[in-house]
Amino acid sequence: MKNFEVAFARWVIRNRYAIIVLSIAAIFVLAAGATKLRFDTSYRAFFSDDNPQLIAFENLENTYVKDDNVMVIVAPLDKNIFTRDHLQAIEEITAASWQVPFSNRVDSISNFQYTEAEVDDLVVRDMVKDAQSLSDGELAKVRAAVMAEPALVKRLISERGHVTAVNVTVQLSPDQRAEATGVIAAAIAKIVEETKARHPDLDIYLSGMVMLDQAFFESALDDSTHLVPLSFALMMGLIALLVGGFFGTLVTFLVIAFSICAAMGIGGHIGFPLTGLSSSAPIIILTVAVANCVHLLVTFAHEMHAGRDKIVAMEESLRVNLQPVFLASATTAIGFMSMNFSEVPPFNHLGSLVTFGVLISFILTVSFLPALMTLLPVQVKKTAEDDYRRMDLLAEFVIKKRRRLLWVTSIIAIACVANLPRNELNDIFLHYFDDSLTFRSDSNFMIENLTGLDFINYSLNSGQSGGISDPTFLQDVENFAVWLEAQPEVTHVDRFTNIMKRLNKNMHGDDPAFYSLPKERDLAAQYLLLYEMSLPYGLDLNNQVNVDKSSTKLTATVGVLSSKAMIDFNLRALAWAKANAPSFVNTDSAGISLMFSYIGQRNIVAMLLGTTIALVLISGILIIALRSLRLGSISLLPNLAPAAIGFGLWGIFVGQVGLSLSIVAGMTFGIVIDDTVHFLSKYLRARREKGLSSEDAVRYAFRTVGRALVVTTLTLVVGFSVLATSKFQMNSGMGLMTSIIITLALVLVFLMLPPLLMKTEENTTYA
Amino acid sequence: MRNLTAAFFIALLPLGASAETPEEKGLAIAVEADKREAGWVDGIAELKMTLKNKQGETSERSIRIKTLEVEGDGDKSISVFDAPKDIKGTAFLSFTHSKIPDDQWLYLPALKRVKRIASANKSGPFVGSEFAYEDLTSQEVDKYTYKWLRDEQLDGRDCFVVEAYPVYENSGYTREIVWIDKEMYQPLRIDYFDRKNAELKSLVTGDWQQYLDKYWRPGFTEMTNHQTGKSTRLAWSNYQFKTGLSDRDFDQTTLKRTR
Repeated sequence: MKNFEVAFARWVIRNRYAIIVLSIAAIFVLAAGATKLRFDTSYRAFFSDDNPQLIAFENLENTYVKDDNVMVIVAPLDKNIFTRDHLQAIEEITAASWQVPFSNRVDSISNFQYTEAEVDDLVVRDMVKDAQSLSDGELAKVRAAVMAEPALVKRLISERGHVTAVNVTVQLSPDQRAEATGVIAAAIAKIVEETKARHPDLDIYLSGMVMLDQAFFESALDDSTHLVPLSFALMMGLIALLVGGFFGTLVTFLVIAFSICAAMGIGGHIGFPLTGLSSSAPIIILTVAVANCVHLLVTFAHEMHAGRDKIVAMEESLRVNLQPVFLASATTAIGFMSMNFSEVPPFNHLGSLVTFGVLISFILTVSFLPALMTLLPVQVKKTAEDDYRRMDLLAEFVIKKRRRLLWVTSIIAIACVANLPRNELNDIFLHYFDDSLTFRSDSNFMIENLTGLDFINYSLNSGQSGGISDPTFLQDVENFAVWLEAQPEVTHVDRFTNIMKRLNKNMHGDDPAFYSLPKERDLAAQYLLLYEMSLPYGLDLNNQVNVDKSSTKLTATVGVLSSKAMIDFNLRALAWAKANAPSFVNTDSAGISLMFSYIGQRNIVAMLLGTTIALVLISGILIIALRSLRLGSISLLPNLAPAAIGFGLWGIFVGQVGLSLSIVAGMTFGIVIDDTVHFLSKYLRARREKGLSSEDAVRYAFRTVGRALVVTTLTLVVGFSVLATSKFQMNSGMGLMTSIIITLALVLVFLMLPPLLMKTEENTTYA
Repeated sequence: MRNLTAAFFIALLPLGASAETPEEKGLAIAVEADKREAGWVDGIAELKMTLKNKQGETSERSIRIKTLEVEGDGDKSISVFDAPKDIKGTAFLSFTHSKIPDDQWLYLPALKRVKRIASANKSGPFVGSEFAYEDLTSQEVDKYTYKWLRDEQLDGRDCFVVEAYPVYENSGYTREIVWIDKEMYQPLRIDYFDRKNAELKSLVTGDWQQYLDKYWRPGFTEMTNHQTGKSTRLAWSNYQFKTGLSDRDFDQTTLKRTR
């Protein structure tokens, strides 16, 4: 093995020109795939094709119509919608919205199809037409009619009549979602701008599912354009300051830039889409790849400082680092590969991209880096002897206080771990974005002033063709709606029975006494036919009634609910329907928040398996590499503890665990094990090669690798902390948690691993 | 002298096909189609409507239609629903017009009343189908302006491809592209573009047969909505012509008695 390392190091130096040329050529070929990368920032990208909640959701869409929408929320400064000017603005926005690409339906208080009886006629017309021409009396009538319409109040008009919305429904096929979102958002932005220019006394806010997709896109773009350069700058600054000097930094920069380009290029070749999550891949690759370079450069500098020629220094650096750097890369790669177990495709993509990046960076670190470094006019600046002294002091402290350290770290660890159960799984998509994104603040305005953002659709099936006109069924639908409305979670219930009641009243000369469900089935069916035949372009009943008229869709708009509350509420509703609505043959429910609520649970279950497999594999590698079952097993403790403590701390201070945090455990395990690998490999080298005692081996390990570990941990924490500033909570949460765990890992490798080693190795000797 | 020459050439223009503008050619095709279609007086047909959603669920309706040809305006028609059971006996009377809203009445047997429908629904769907009223009513020449695009084959048949622009202000379309069979002067396919000029739906027709040695009628017409994935197929049968219907068969009082 040692011979191999020496031979490899010599081979690299001998072929360095070829290596440089070949590396660059290979990177270019791989990176070419980056041109095929496309953003897919739809909320649907979070769900795999076989996700049962997505299938239910799409079944409902296929039975009725798609619900993807933009809510244009209009709030006049004078807090009263019902003026000629404001209503005219609503009419204008409504008309303009029909021109929005991919729109196929626009609903507002102005184009709401108002029905009234006029002698023997059924008049079906827009609620508001030509608002400027309305008399004061007509204006009052409009207000009364709008505020009396259950389909509108708390959906498109606030109870106080001070905020309204125009709901633009769009139909997007899966292959056009990515581009369409931007096109729609741009068209809506233009409408908003023109409306504000004509009506400066209006505030306009935007929400809805298209804006959600747009927010995913904007946050991904923001991460790519702001955080990636920032983390590059910080990382290079750190390297320059702590390790490399100018050339070391330059070479590190090249290794990392190449790794990122190649990894993203491979992703492009395979056809991975860029999502809010996978767009964080460059930052993560950058962060984890830096460590490899640092280890090589630190030893290189150390050797040169000791007065060796740069080629000899590099050969020595390769010799001592090849194995630990390989192990570290392999374990890190396995950690990220565990993301492939996730239920969420963007995590699969992120895991794969980082894995590619780590492997490529390993290859470049042990070939391209030494090749180029030894060709550059490198000079080593005087490393402060202080740094070594500090490490020596730390080693002495740990050796002296080992017993107490073991106790203290164990107790603290157990205390933190005890708080693990305080974490609650929670995925609220609105909270994926921080307050600085307008999607979050605009949606909050809508939720506070008008209606909810989340909804659950219930498809109520009568089991017979035309069965939605059956009076028993209609009564059950109405009862279900009334029950739903009484639930604290529910803001609004949109149901088909409202139309039936209104038509019954219209058919009886607008007598309010007849605002009730028709009593006979054929009568109800014929009202429905009459109404259907009266509806204008784009405002049909397809969104509420299936073609066979056997089932109807009821939409419950809900407030912001935690995943658990959302799932509980839905189960409660289904149970109520089953027990109290005998005419429902079956009831399907689906909603976007509901999908996100379930995905957290599904993902955790999948990731438990993925993390366990990663754990077993990584531990196995460690045991084989160290050629010691005992040491491998001992070292598991300081490697498992950081994640457990980290999540325990999270339980104390935050308590909410979303999708992205459930993948952190497996991923960080692969990273934090690197500290142990490096520390133990030096420790073992000291014991096996130099025949030192356990205590002296600890001193040797601290002295040789302590500084490098501090530096790599620092870079990792800085890198993931940059990610923690993302406006996208999935990335920021992952970044923050990973930073915490990596910091803890170093603390434990310094304070817990050596005492453990010394305790268990007291009487061991190495031949 | 120069004026005379110009006048001479202008007079010659309609003779040379190449000199005809695409708009003139499109109009000429529409006029010819209208001419060939004229004179059938009245007709009866049966129709089975099959609605289908993206999920693959289907639903059927049976309708009998009586139509009276009206010179210089849209036709008059009565549609009687035979199935589904809930709406059996419901009858729909309609006087169509090219450029203004149609006059429409519906007889509801459960209510035993005729209700006039007062709405701007011409662009709206006919009984929840993918057909709008304006797709089903008679194709009067002045309902559109035209532009001939090209000649091409469709499924092995020679066609004029003509773009038609609705005149009615509340139409659901900006334009339609029509493949008109050169032999029948009937549409084999129509692509509809919605108000924002995006492709909305396509009509495909087939199983054409000639009646009274003159009038071509389709065995089926099928409309597919590209935006929602829904479709509606109309299967036509039992066409009869010149059955002796008159204006009196198309008023509100007869609507009640129609079975």
